[in-house]
Order: sequence, then C-alpha cells, then structure tokens
Amino acid sequence: MTTLLIFIVLVLVFIAIWQMTRIFELSQLKTENSQIANDADNRNNGYMMFAFLIFIYGITIFSFWKYTKVLLPESSSAHGADYDYLMLVSFVIIFIVQTITQALLHYFGYKYRGETGKKALFYADNDRLEFIWTIIPVVVLAGLILWGLYTWTDIMDVNDEDDPLVVELYAQQFNWTARYGGADNVLGAANVRMIDIDRANVLGLDESDSYATDDIIVKELHLPVGRKVNFKMRSQDVLHSAYMPHFRAQMNCVPGMTTEFSFTPIKTTAEIRQDPDVIDKVKRTNAIRAERAANGEDNSDPWEYDYILLCNKICGKSHYNMQMKIIVETQEEYDAWMVQQQSFGQTMAAQ
Amino acid sequence: MSAGHEHGDDHGHDDGHHHHKETFVTKYIFSQDHKMISKQYLITGLIMGFVGIAMSLMFRMQLAWPGESFPIFEALLGKWAPDGVMDADMYLALVTIHGTIMVFFVLTAGLSGTFSNLLIPLQIGARDMASGFLNMLSYWMFFLSSVIMVISLFVEAGPASAGWTIYPPLSALPMAQAGSGMGMTLWLVSMAIFIASSLLGSLNYIVTVINLRTKGMSMTRLPLTIWAFLITAIIGVISFPVLLSAALLLIMDRSFGTSFFLSDIFIQGEVLHYQGGSPVLYEHLFWFLGHPEVYIVLLPALGITSEVMSTNARKPIFGYRAMVASIMAIAFLSTIVWGHHMFISGMNPFLGSVFTFTTLLIAIPSAVKAFNYITTLWKGNLQFNPAMLFSIGLVSTFITGGLTGIILGDSTLDINVHDTYFVVAHFHLVMGISALYGLFAGVYHWFPKMFEGKMMNKNLGYVHFWVTAVCAYGVFFPMHFVGMAGVPRRYYQNTNFPMFDELTDVQILMTVFALIAGLAQLVFLYNFISSIFYGKKGPKNPWKSNTLEWTAEMKHIHGNWDGPIPHVHRWAYDYSKVDENGEYIIPGQDFVPQTVPLQEDEEELQH
Repeated sequence: MTTLLIFIVLVLVFIAIWQMTRIFELSQLKTENSQIANDADNRNNGYMMFAFLIFIYGITIFSFWKYTKVLLPESSSAHGADYDYLMLVSFVIIFIVQTITQALLHYFGYKYRGETGKKALFYADNDRLEFIWTIIPVVVLAGLILWGLYTWTDIMDVNDEDDPLVVELYAQQFNWTARYGGADNVLGAANVRMIDIDRANVLGLDESDSYATDDIIVKELHLPVGRKVNFKMRSQDVLHSAYMPHFRAQMNCVPGMTTEFSFTPIKTTAEIRQDPDVIDKVKRTNAIRAERAANGEDNSDPWEYDYILLCNKICGKSHYNMQMKIIVETQEEYDAWMVQQQSFGQTMAAQ
Repeated sequence: MSAGHEHGDDHGHDDGHHHHKETFVTKYIFSQDHKMISKQYLITGLIMGFVGIAMSLMFRMQLAWPGESFPIFEALLGKWAPDGVMDADMYLALVTIHGTIMVFFVLTAGLSGTFSNLLIPLQIGARDMASGFLNMLSYWMFFLSSVIMVISLFVEAGPASAGWTIYPPLSALPMAQAGSGMGMTLWLVSMAIFIASSLLGSLNYIVTVINLRTKGMSMTRLPLTIWAFLITAIIGVISFPVLLSAALLLIMDRSFGTSFFLSDIFIQGEVLHYQGGSPVLYEHLFWFLGHPEVYIVLLPALGITSEVMSTNARKPIFGYRAMVASIMAIAFLSTIVWGHHMFISGMNPFLGSVFTFTTLLIAIPSAVKAFNYITTLWKGNLQFNPAMLFSIGLVSTFITGGLTGIILGDSTLDINVHDTYFVVAHFHLVMGISALYGLFAGVYHWFPKMFEGKMMNKNLGYVHFWVTAVCAYGVFFPMHFVGMAGVPRRYYQNTNFPMFDELTDVQILMTVFALIAGLAQLVFLYNFISSIFYGKKGPKNPWKSNTLEWTAEMKHIHGNWDGPIPHVHRWAYDYSKVDENGEYIIPGQDFVPQTVPLQEDEEELQH
C-alpha cells in the first residue's frame, strides 16, 4: 500500500515538474531567449506564489488533521498542566503570526508581480510603522517571558517540602537503574570508584554507609500517585538524558555530578490507560501490530500503554533502545511492591 | 578614511595597468584574486554540500524503513551496511558528519566564504581584499580541512559519531563509541584547521570593509550584503576562538590524560583516572561558538536576500537603518544566548532564566527584519528571477522556523521538546533551509559576476525552486508533530517503542519529500555546471542593479576595474526613485546606480 502511494506521489511529482518546465518554456516561445525574467515569468511565478500560500495552509491543516492524534496525551504530572497551557497559548500566538505573515508575504508576491512599464513605489522608511512592529513583539514576548520564567522557577525548585520521595536515576550505556532511599528515604553515599562488579555493587554504593544499607535498587521505576518525587540523576560513563515525556520532565545525567528534577505524578498507569485518547492510540497501534503479526514480522506483540523513561542525549550505539518502564500506582500497590524488593544490605549479605 | 581610499587608488594604478603574466597555477590554483578564491570556495562548498545531502537522504531512508535492506547502502557504506542494512554506529556517524558538513563546510565556508570574497571588494569598490595572500591561505586551509574531514569517513573504526556537537565524554572515550577513536581525532584536527581558516578569512573581511571603501562609500551607503558580511566576520572572530579552545582541551583530554571535561567515569568494567572535570564546561564552550554560529550561517543569507529582494522588487529595501540595527542587535544578542541549548544540562536553573530572557529578545530584531522584507515587496514591481524566488522562500522559512524558536527559547517549554524532532524541524527551517535558500539566491544572482557574464538557465531555476520549496515544507512541517509526540533525535530506529509505531507513516512521508528534494538539487547541479560551460552571456548589468559590482569589467581582470575605481554618490537602493513630477531620476530607467552623482534638486535621504 505504502509502496503504491509512494509510486503515485513520485509519478505525480515528475508530471508536475515536466508540466512546469513546459509551461515555462511555452511562455518563452514568443519572447527573446534571455535568462532574465520577463512578464510571462513574472505572471506564472506570481500565480505560483499564490498557489504556494495555499500549499502552506494546506500542509498545515493536513498535518493538524492527520497528526494531532499522535501527540502526547494530557500531562500526568502536577506541573504538566501549567506546561501544557503555556504551550497552547504560545502555539495560538505562533499560528496567528504565521497565518498573517505568510499570507502577506505570498499575497504581495502574487499581487505585485512585475509588468513592463509598471512603476514601483519608492518607499524607503516609515518610523511609525517600524515602531509599531517593534513594540508589538516586545509586549507579547515580555508577557511570554515573564509567564515562562514564573513557571520555570516553579518547576525547577527542587525542595524538601511535602515529604518528597527521593529516587536516584542511574544511567549507563545502555540502561537505566533506579534506587530508592529505603525506609529512611535517604540515599546512601555512592561513587563510581566504589563499583564492585564481582560483588554486584553496580552503582558504587558505599558499603560502610548505614544510609546505603536499606537502599533498594530496581530496574523498573514505581511511583506512588500524588506524592512528590525528587529525582537525583547520575551517570557512570557518558552524558544521558532522563526524558519522561508523559510527565513533561527531562534532565541530563552528567558523569561527575548529580542533577535534579522533581514532579508529582497525578495519574496512575491504570488511570491513563482509561483515557479516551490513549485507548484510541492503543487501538490504532495494536492494529498496526496485528498487521505485522499477520505478515510474520517482528515487533508484533499486542501493546499495553505504559509510561516510559527514554534516553534523550546521544550516548552511543544503542542509544535508541535505552529505556525503563515507569509504573505509577496507588500508595497501597506501591507499598506492596516495595516490600518484595531486596535492600542493598540484603543483596550484599547474600554474597 | 581618506588615507584608506587613496591607498586603494594607488594600488589600483599598479594593478590596473601592469598585467602580470599568470600561469595556470597562479590563476586557477594558488590564486590570490578574490574572484577566483570565491569560486574555489563555492565549488568546494557545493561538493561538500552534495556529500552532506546524500548522507541525510540515507539516514532518512533508514528512519522511514528501519532495518530494510537497500542495495545503495551496501554500495556506499560497504562493511557498515552488511546485507544492505545500515549499522547503528554508521547511522550516528552519518548524522554527525551531515551536521558538521552542512553547518561548517557548506553554510559557513560555502556561503559566507564565497560571497564575502566575491562581493566585499566588488561592492565597496576595492581592487581586491586587504591581503590577497591571507585570503589564499584561508581558502587552502579550508580545502585541507575538507579533505581531512572526507578522509575521516574512511577510517577503520568509522568516522566521528558523537553528534555534531561532539559532547564529551562520548566523544572523548574510544571505548564509549567506535567513532571516538581515530575518526574523532581527524574530526578535531579538521575543525581546528577550519577555525584557523575562518579566522584568517574573517579578519581579512573586516579590514577590507573598514579600510578599502572607495571614495564616497560611507558606512551608511554600504549595501546590506556588506553589512551582513562585516558583522558576520566580527562574530566569527569573537566566537570561533572559543571553539578552538574547546577542541584543544578535548584533544588534551583524549590524548594527554588531562581532565578538563571528564570526571568519575566507569566504563567497560574499569574506573578511569579522570577526576574533577565537567562535561557541562564543554557545553558552555561549544555553544559559546555554536549559537553565534547559526547567525554566522544566517546573516550572510539575510544580507544576500536584502540585496536581491530590493533589486528584483525595483524598490529600496524598507527601513535600511532598521535592517542594519537589527543585524547588529542579532549579532550582539547571539553571543549571550548560548545557554538556551543547556536548559536541562544540569546548569543552575537561574542561568536558565537569564538565557530565556536574552533568547526571546532575539525575536524582536528578527521580527523587524521579517516585516521589513514583507514591506519591501509591497507595491513593488517584482521581477521573479530565480534569485528573487529563493529570497522570498527564505523569508517564508525564516518566519515558519523562527516562530517555533519562541517555544524552544522558553526554558519551561523546552523541557519536553528538548532534543526531540521538534528541535530538528525548527533549526532546519530557520537556519538550514533559510541559509541554503540564501546560498542559492546568491548563486543565481551573482553567477554572471562569477562566470564573466554567463547566466544560469532560469526555467531550470524555477523548477529547482518550486520543487525544493514544496519539499522543504513537506519534510520539516510534519516533523514538528513527530517531536511533539516525544520522539528523540539521533535514534537509529523508533521500533523499540510501541508508542511511536503509528509515526512510521509520517516518517515515510518526510523521507519521500526529502528524496524528491534531493533530486531537485540535481537539476541545480546540472544547471550550474552546464551554465559554466555553455551559459548564454547576458548584459553587463542583467538585473539592473545599483551596486558597484555591475560596473566592474565583465571579463575578470586582476583589480576589477580597468580604469580608475568608481566613486560613490548615493546609497545602493535608489530603485524607482522619482522627482517631484513623478518621473524617474534618470529618464526611462527605474534605477540609479551608486556611481551617478546626485541630480539637481534631488534630495538624498538621510540613511
């Protein structure tokens, strides 16, 4: 199907190119054979300008109609609502400006296409006009800047109010590990120099630090809904970026330093799976996967919606497959899961 | 200033009347003539451009049809595409080298190098650059760096593949990535030479513009092209040395065991000795160049557009002073916004606030420029030569791409679209496509000046423009949606995330457009080459332009003007200027070249 479509597109493009060349050539026949635009060229390209304006609007409408559904669902974190709203307002402004300026640009191109004998208007300056279109962006941008900064300061303020859960996200080529502070909710000291692969101390925890003993190290990130989480990011080798798009959260992991990000998840995994948009998305995706299964292709298992942590900073060969599942659940489910995990002390003692 | 142009005249006497005997080598290879050097820059830049574009087409094919086998991959990539399936390391290498080549070799050297060299002496009325020798050296260092960059593609372990920003530690540790061995060493050497070349060129441009203007060519009478080249050269001189220092420190970290950018690293089962460095420091140094770099790429394109648009609209550029002021404002701001690439790098969030502020300020001069271009078209008598189409196309993509900068420049909104395809779409439209359009506009417009009056075929030019224009939007408009769906850049394939399954359709659409756009560039290539050899000669001043280059001899002579250097009596934009009776200043001619003295009763605008 796709092949056919591509074929049709290619054929149409070639016909279009051929026709365009013909038109341009035909318009030349009567005139001198010069490589400078003449009235016919100006007329043709003037019309093309107008057609191109329609094309720009067309591709905009097409993209919105066709691709709005692929966008991320509503934010699942507390600060995400502010983020989404600011995004929406910025986009409205952008689209107003885009629609007007492209219309003027291409319409003028069409309207004022050259003709022999036509006189252009000598119009070199107009201070008032320039003042107006300097001051409008200034005002609009000032508003956006202030609003953005207010939200930014809010989001980036990682503090210990409201008893946040402390979680370490540990990045390495090419996987993620999460570490919880355990009962005391305090992460034990750690450094890559203390990594001891033979003893399975893969995160380099300080075995003599009592805070480290009850730390829990896992390969799947579980978060209780409604509780603020303070993430501490570490990397052991190269730069990585902890990207949690559903929560509008991202922070680089930098070897040699600890970075931070904080958010409060507000929807459990079970809840987001009931979101109508998400249900539709899963349906569409599973249709694609069913088709693959029918053709005997890979990657065809039915899919269940999950939050995900991706690596979003180029980190090497398998950068494209560095991920960790995130499960947001109720406090009870979280507690039940937590008691099943082994603490760092237990793992060490078991050696 | 008077001393400067007198010197120019004396020099002119020397060169204008004694014709040196030139050998093939001094004329075509080690030429010190700015016109020949500009052609050398252009042709080298175009060759690199075709390499860069071919790379992008290959990785676009991989993205649309992940893991598919293509015979062309096997043919071009050899062992990096076993059975025609592209290797993941090779994908990253292609992305990296595509970025490097397009940003530095095509759009910095190929665009600014070509047109600064061609136009600065010709448009200010100088016999040549201030130092022809430095100019020649600048080109040959650029050529050397291009050769080294191309050689790096054939290294056993693969070329540099840490992304064009080559962030350490990935780029510093050969065990982190195959391409960080010899490939990265060659990349760094190539770039170090490139930077030296760029500095030699820039210093020469600055000195030439300041010292060698002809009589009457005050700064406020300079064409906007020259303003753009001058300011571009200045920000190049300010920021390129910082990249050189970053590259040198990285070379030391890689080869001499220092720890400028590295600390606490455990890789492949062992702890490395590095202690105390910071990768974030590298990011600061890189982007201190990296951001001005996008304006180094863009400003010459905007300068070319100003000139081409005014000439072909048969109208003065609207708001000359505002245009100059906005070039300067953009240049100044460009050096204090680098942090917007690093909002989530782990630097202090307070810095993020500062950089958001400065970044969004850049939108103001940019908006002024866009509005001024649109007003320049208003009530014009638009001559749609191919160069004019590309100029209008530039304004269109500059607006579309620039507007999404408001999202990315806002630290808050950047959080979720940082390093996604949204960014890729944004910068390709606003600096990639726009600057390429500027390059094409320049080539179509000044081709007769470069090749002794020969002209490019306009119909092929029209086909080239319209196909490219449609495809550019076809590739990069839907790409915003991919980014907002959360797809990260530099992913070899997206198949490991079921949430991206339904985006395959979009990827295919974009790739098909990209392939068609690639074909359209072949039309240009054919037109360019055949016009060099078989192009029809046009009139001396084909576009009826006011600027000085069209008064120079069509045949290339060393020294540009056979007689004395012309003097300038007015600014460059007296198109369709009329007297009180509504008649053209020069009867029957809608333009007044800069060399024409002010007529009786004619009012000179205070620009």
